[in-house]
Amino acid sequence: MSGQGIAQLLVYAFALVVLAYPLGLYMARVYTEGAFATRGAFAWLGWIERGFYRIVRTQREREQDWKSYGITVLTFSVIFWGLLYLIQRAQGHLFLNPDHMKGVPAHLSLNTAASFITNTNWQFYGGEYTMSYLTQMAGLAVQNFVSAAVGMAVLAAMVRGIARRSSGTLGNFWVDLYRSVVYILLPLAVIVAVILQWQGVPQTLHGHATAATLQGAHQTIARGPVASQIAIKQLGTNGGGFYNSNSAVPFENPTGLSNFVEMLAILLIPAAQVFMFGRMVLARRHAWMIFAAMFAVFAIGVGINLPAEQHGSHVLRSSGVNITLGHGQSGGNMSDKEVRFGQAVSTNWTVATSDASNGSVNNGFDAQTPAGGAVPLVNLFLGEVIFGGVGSGLYGMFFYVVLAVFVAGLMVGRTPEWLGKKIEAREIKYAAVGALFCPTMVLTLTALSIVTPSGLASIFNHGVHGFTETLYAYDSQSNNNGSAFAGFGLTNFSAYFGAIAMLLGRFVPMFAALALGGALARKKITPVSAGTFRTDGPTFVVLLVGVIALTAGLMIFPALTLGPIVEGLAH
Amino acid sequence: MRNVVSSAIAIVLLTAFLGLGYPLVMTGFAQVAFAHQANGSLIKQNGQVVGSKLAAQAFTGPKYFHPRPSATAPAYNAGATTFANLGPTSTDLAKNVRAAALAILKLERPYNPGLTIHQIPVDAVTTSASGIDPDISPANARLQSRRVAAVRNLPLSTVQKLIDDNTDGRSWGFFGEPGVNVLELNLALDRLGGS
Repeated sequence: MSGQGIAQLLVYAFALVVLAYPLGLYMARVYTEGAFATRGAFAWLGWIERGFYRIVRTQREREQDWKSYGITVLTFSVIFWGLLYLIQRAQGHLFLNPDHMKGVPAHLSLNTAASFITNTNWQFYGGEYTMSYLTQMAGLAVQNFVSAAVGMAVLAAMVRGIARRSSGTLGNFWVDLYRSVVYILLPLAVIVAVILQWQGVPQTLHGHATAATLQGAHQTIARGPVASQIAIKQLGTNGGGFYNSNSAVPFENPTGLSNFVEMLAILLIPAAQVFMFGRMVLARRHAWMIFAAMFAVFAIGVGINLPAEQHGSHVLRSSGVNITLGHGQSGGNMSDKEVRFGQAVSTNWTVATSDASNGSVNNGFDAQTPAGGAVPLVNLFLGEVIFGGVGSGLYGMFFYVVLAVFVAGLMVGRTPEWLGKKIEAREIKYAAVGALFCPTMVLTLTALSIVTPSGLASIFNHGVHGFTETLYAYDSQSNNNGSAFAGFGLTNFSAYFGAIAMLLGRFVPMFAALALGGALARKKITPVSAGTFRTDGPTFVVLLVGVIALTAGLMIFPALTLGPIVEGLAH
Repeated sequence: MRNVVSSAIAIVLLTAFLGLGYPLVMTGFAQVAFAHQANGSLIKQNGQVVGSKLAAQAFTGPKYFHPRPSATAPAYNAGATTFANLGPTSTDLAKNVRAAALAILKLERPYNPGLTIHQIPVDAVTTSASGIDPDISPANARLQSRRVAAVRNLPLSTVQKLIDDNTDGRSWGFFGEPGVNVLELNLALDRLGGS
């Protein structure tokens, strides 16, 4: 570890807080009164917004209860899934296809459509040789916006539920969707896309370029409308790359600066949403404590991954080559890593993308050391609540907050309360479903996959590492992350079970979140008393991290011993 | 039913606006503001595209600097990027690293008799994540500089200066790690001449 590397990590953390805080306050305003709505020079934005509501046959004031909100989300997502499936199947006959990509096979289209509507962006394909520009732009990139906006909308609805008292409704899905896209995601995407274009990310409708190399060979160079897609892939915690090697490819991520901006974009909105929540429920200190808990887990991940990767793998250390940092190299485990990123920045990305349910990578996780690679694996398993996916991360975290408050209530022997709302049997049930559904599904599908021949067919590296690859694949898909340990191949089995994992992993916790929000909205506020457990101090941070570690951490521990721990001990 | 109609309308609008409007406007902007980058940072020589600044290409002869190993098929395929995906304890990884190190010793020793395996920087024997990493570490470039200088009959200091000229430092002197762009370095060498 170099001082320079650590300085980069510190600047990253600082920039994240400085940008996320004001964005959070702005977002709170967007979801309560609209951004510019009806005032002054921006009045035209209000006209367009009202026009959209008229066309989709709704009104801003028409609010929905949690069931109605959830059903609208589900209907919208299912129909979009159908469109995305059809675009992929038909791309060979459609326009914007300069490199003559053929239609995508049925099982792959089905998995990919499920992957993108659920904000997972798991990729069983290499984008630059599978998808036409039309599919990338009008299929996949649209979902990068929309699946993110759906998560943000559901979070906004749930936060309203926490803030309101004796209310039956949570908001209007179409209003939340529109505002997420137009007032938050789109302006940020334009800014990030322009920075990326400047740094060297292509943005063209021309097909592949062909170069005659200095040694007289032909080299195909894939390009396309990349920058616009990469910008929203990071901001929306989507993570699906234009290229197979994702943001490790210089065309997606050409420089140290582009890398820094993309890493900021990964955590920006999830971090801002914590502050948005603090403003909307008027619990600023409580929000800071949740931020502190998330940040602590983030820092632990960096603290494990970076030394492990800098120390290097057994194979590299015993090979005799020079892996020492300094004298013109960053050293360490450079397998499946890029020179312009080196170790510190690769670690920063690894932890950010696995905390955030983003899933894009700037290095190959499959090649990370056992201890290093265990970090993203565990981060995923925690249910993507350490910052987490846009929207889904914080509403996932609320499940753990409710459990933490419940545990505290048991300890002091009083009915637990959270922000003045009594937490009773119903709320605990919703929170338990939300928190435990995904870990259970990961373990079930991994077990199913390693005891059946058709499941085993996906494995690339044999032995213990193959088990880790399988565990990671279902961990990543169930928790809607989408990053891959790679080394896990496309079969009918993995395509269909993966699609099921992504769909259930998205919508079951989402409905649990809406139900919890609906239940909380109906409650009255109980005044704070001497016996109320305080959720705005450091004790709460410790308790929250402890509850996360005990619930999800202990569930994955047996599986970890079969995978990375055995692998680490064997060498 | 109301939901279905509203969803269908919203989906059409969103697809048109975000799927065509947004990327096409961004494409138009990039083609005007950053035309070189927007089309792939292609490098031309005598009107002919010889590669991209952002993609490694194969160099095998002794007169050129060599990029890092690549896992793509064929190597350095900028149309199908990929990781090697060999686990940290994989025997294949051990074999590949060993073979790469021995090849480097064989290639460099005639010009650098004292070279041992312990002096080979790790990036020279490991695959990159993209398979087209355009950079090598400055240490790796230094290792190859004696051979290139000897084969081209150039003073070592001239080659070292070219390496420095073609090293992309950290962005703003701070973000990322320095790397030597192999294609640009080799083009600069060719321009300089030497046999």
